[in-house]
Amino acid sequence: MPLNRDFIGRSAPSTQPFEVTRGDIRRFALAIGDHNPAYLDREAAQAFGHPDVIAPPTFLISASTGDAAGGLIGHPDMGLVYAMVVHGEEKFEFHRPVRAGDLLDSVTRIEDIRDAGRNELMTLVTEVTSNGDPVATITNTIVSRGTAAQES
Amino acid sequence: MAPSWSEVEVGTELPAQEFALTRANLVQYAGASGDFNIIHWNERVAKSVGLPNVIAHGMLTMATAGRVVTDWVGDPGLVVSYGVRFSRPVVVEDDDTGATLAVTGVVEAKNDDGTVTVVLTATVGGEDVLTGARAVVRLPQA
Repeated sequence: MPLNRDFIGRSAPSTQPFEVTRGDIRRFALAIGDHNPAYLDREAAQAFGHPDVIAPPTFLISASTGDAAGGLIGHPDMGLVYAMVVHGEEKFEFHRPVRAGDLLDSVTRIEDIRDAGRNELMTLVTEVTSNGDPVATITNTIVSRGTAAQES
Repeated sequence: MAPSWSEVEVGTELPAQEFALTRANLVQYAGASGDFNIIHWNERVAKSVGLPNVIAHGMLTMATAGRVVTDWVGDPGLVVSYGVRFSRPVVVEDDDTGATLAVTGVVEAKNDDGTVTVVLTATVGGEDVLTGARAVVRLPQA
């Protein structure tokens, strides 16, 4: 089943603010095998000029998927089957690093859904802010394998 | 310490690194990221949807490759942007060694705003798993 193209252009705010804790950052850093002290040690992060530990560049992925994306991607009318999804492209652009103590808001917009051969590509753009100040822009393209409408 | 702007040239190579990605790493990443897509941990389902086996989260590959940049600059907060395309899935067999991700980086441009653009290659078994992988980092001016 093709994805529902009525969703193109729709946007939704995160269902709740994304609270960034030192524990979240530590868990993520250790999961990617990265022991950079800026992620794990507040004094080391401060020596770099940060107020607290900062998050790895790709940490915000969890702020741009699932419930954080306002429920758009997993909306029952979207028709997306997760087992058929692989990742196409991802880009993070930062106004400043994400750090422990951040309470982040985000708005995710479905920029495009298009065919690519037998697959479909869906591009999402998420603007992440803290108290209204821009933190990051995330551009995410996912591939829905084999769901393009078959030519008749 | 981050290399300074003046000591970096177009063509400067970053220290290359190799990383192992095992099933255990995938499980740990699933928990930390909240991405529990079944194709990253269930061989039966992965094969049933046409994949060769369980595959790594693209975001785990991206995060791992990015370490060549953040290890080079020291302070990950210097990263201004980081983007990749996922060109081939990283298949992770059920064994003790998993997949070996080989990552290289080279400075592609020195930009007028005091940043440099690094282009990364990431391969498994000699085949690219990322394309168009670029990071822009701000280097100290000294």
